[in-house]
Amino acid sequence: MSTQRKFVAGGLVIVAALGYLIWSGVTQSVVYFVTPSELLAAPVANKTYRLGGLVLPGSLTWDAKSLALSFTLSDGKAQVPVRHRGAPPDLFAEGRGAVVEGAWARGGYFQASLILAKHSEEYKAPHDGADPGYKELLKSLRGKDK
Amino acid sequence: MIAELGYAATVVGFVLALYGAMAGVIGVRTGRADWLRTSERAAVGIWILITACMALMLYAFLTFDFSVRYVAMNTNRGTPFYYRITALWGALEGSIVLWAWMLSIYTLIVVVRYRRRQPELYPWVLSVMLGILAFFLLVMSIPAPPFERLSPIPPDGRGLNPLLEDSGMITHPVALYLGFTGFSVPFAFAMAALIVGRTGDEWITITRRWTIVAWYFLSLGLLIGGWWSYHVLGWGGYWAWDPVENAAFMPWLTGTAFLHSVMIQERRRMLKLWNLTLIILTFGLTLFGTFLTRSGIIGSVHSFTQGSIGVFFLAFLALALLGAFSLLAWRTDHLRAQGELDSAVSRESVFLLNNLFLIAATFTVFFGTVFPLLSEAARGVKVSVGAPFFNLVNIPIFLALLFLMGVGPLIAWRRASAENLKRNFLKPVLAGIVAAAVLRLFGVGNVLVLTAMALVVFVAGTITLDYGRAVRARRRSGDGWSAATWGLLLRQNRRYGGFVVHLGILVIALGVAGSQAWSLQTETTLEKGQSVELAGYRVRFDGLSASEESNHFKVTGAFTMTTGRSSFAELRPARKFYPQEQTPIAAVDYRLGWVEDVYLVLGDFARDGSRATVKLQVNRLVSWLWIGGLVLTLGAALAILPDHRKPA
Repeated sequence: MSTQRKFVAGGLVIVAALGYLIWSGVTQSVVYFVTPSELLAAPVANKTYRLGGLVLPGSLTWDAKSLALSFTLSDGKAQVPVRHRGAPPDLFAEGRGAVVEGAWARGGYFQASLILAKHSEEYKAPHDGADPGYKELLKSLRGKDK
Repeated sequence: MIAELGYAATVVGFVLALYGAMAGVIGVRTGRADWLRTSERAAVGIWILITACMALMLYAFLTFDFSVRYVAMNTNRGTPFYYRITALWGALEGSIVLWAWMLSIYTLIVVVRYRRRQPELYPWVLSVMLGILAFFLLVMSIPAPPFERLSPIPPDGRGLNPLLEDSGMITHPVALYLGFTGFSVPFAFAMAALIVGRTGDEWITITRRWTIVAWYFLSLGLLIGGWWSYHVLGWGGYWAWDPVENAAFMPWLTGTAFLHSVMIQERRRMLKLWNLTLIILTFGLTLFGTFLTRSGIIGSVHSFTQGSIGVFFLAFLALALLGAFSLLAWRTDHLRAQGELDSAVSRESVFLLNNLFLIAATFTVFFGTVFPLLSEAARGVKVSVGAPFFNLVNIPIFLALLFLMGVGPLIAWRRASAENLKRNFLKPVLAGIVAAAVLRLFGVGNVLVLTAMALVVFVAGTITLDYGRAVRARRRSGDGWSAATWGLLLRQNRRYGGFVVHLGILVIALGVAGSQAWSLQTETTLEKGQSVELAGYRVRFDGLSASEESNHFKVTGAFTMTTGRSSFAELRPARKFYPQEQTPIAAVDYRLGWVEDVYLVLGDFARDGSRATVKLQVNRLVSWLWIGGLVLTLGAALAILPDHRKPA
């Protein structure tokens, strides 16, 4: 019987260790999701956040040479300037929702390390007026290469 | 017309499943065989009806019948032929049909195989299977009807999600669902054994083999999913701890735990209660995974739909778990262990630890997946726990499992002597230490990578040692080299099938560790004629071209890749513009290699074709993931073959 007890005791020690591992994992890597107004109310520098909002129309600048991407995220009440290094990802555009992960920099902007563009599920009838842009693109590229 | 026929088949199927399940119960309670035959005929009828649903849906897709809403949403006139077939399971409603269809096939197999062999358990097994089928047919009738009409009928459909236009989508969902549904068979047998009160050994053997079958398909599904993620999504990774991936990974973990702990029950008559719990958990997790991914409760890269379907799944999950655990509680007295543990240094305790760690990993994945939900519900705070959490907690657990994988198969049952330990483990341990030391000398500094590599070598050492001994023993009894080496795999297919699976895991571990530690990437903008360099590869941008495909426009970049040895290759990454999508989708181009893959993604570009932003990655050892996966599935297939130790 004492062998069984030892097993139970040993098992409990391991379970406790695993519990601690999970607990410390959560406290170390949990990332809070904030809106621009929540972030600006109490910005903590160098703490990782996920910031979600609308990419303000007219705020997007992208310099291909230096890969500098900057835009403003807004929730209607507050606006946060965001900087990122890298090409704008698929599904990312002005006037659309985006979530960025990164930290508040001392310079007064949000330095994003990751952009998660939001996929809109809206139904869009195909071939409706949205593609002349593609047609034109097709033409301009064909003219150049052929 | 098709919609009406399909809907009628679904509803009739649902009624038939309920009726068949009840007929089975009546048959066994009254001892009347004709009721049982009724139940069997219901199972056959349901299979025919669901097959008809599949055929009708396929016909609707191939003839562009946009009066069926599901067809209109998932295809359009430009969708290539193959993807009109796979579009069948490209979204929620169709995948439920596929699910139900596979379940009906498994049910038929149960009828054919066990009606004579397991007369006592069989009626209950059939009833449970029909009950599960009834649930899926109910889902097809009310919350997710695949044959819903669309009115007015649109001139063209919306089109398949472009990311699903890939050959991986032909096999990935099929394998995954064969895995998911496969776990219903062990569950049904477990329920039957509890109801009948026959918790002996026979059913557990049947259950074990069915679990390997389901496990085999689930592994295959996960691997193909990883491959799809790697070569379609264009982020250079294969696993993101996305809720959808986690949903499929959790039953895999508990299924793995069961496949190990069942050996203790077979050998030592212990852990009966625990094994039943694992079967129930595994089945529950397949339902939970579907709930998680299909209810839209968690925002995921590919969490697909919303609606009342989540409620149905949650209710059925609650019902199944409640029923199963009540039965378990009712039969506890049958489930007392007949053996007991002797020593902490024994195979039993290694298996127990293995189970403990696998369950811990399952819990971690579960917790990390639902934590954002809990946090928002309980405290109103929106949080996310991403890959860092899963990696931080799971890497130590997986390393520990890797270690146990080396120890378990060779350590003695009951109590291992110092002699046994020295004989089996001294050389492999030394090999592991030497491997780590050599890697350290070559400049590998990452402790996790060193540990992983040392463990891989250690486990490979134990497998080689054991297999070598067995081969030499066969040689002494007169076999030739090939007969001894290959014949052994077949003669003791259960043991060595397991070894081959372990080898596969080792190769995968190598791939994961290598790709995490040594992959490189760079992002830059190139003018025409300019090059980017990374790890000895030079990639030159030669220009852009555009083309019109059947259902999208495509802008393709031309790149020339050269290495130091002046060999070169053309890389053609592209961006595809689908009319039904708001933004373009990247198509990666890559060259796979034994040691490293070159992986090129086209990003933003100038409309005149003079400039392009690219992401270049050199991903190390990723190919070994797919090779390891292949080895693993071969091993599982070997273990499924009939057991040769006992005369059949």
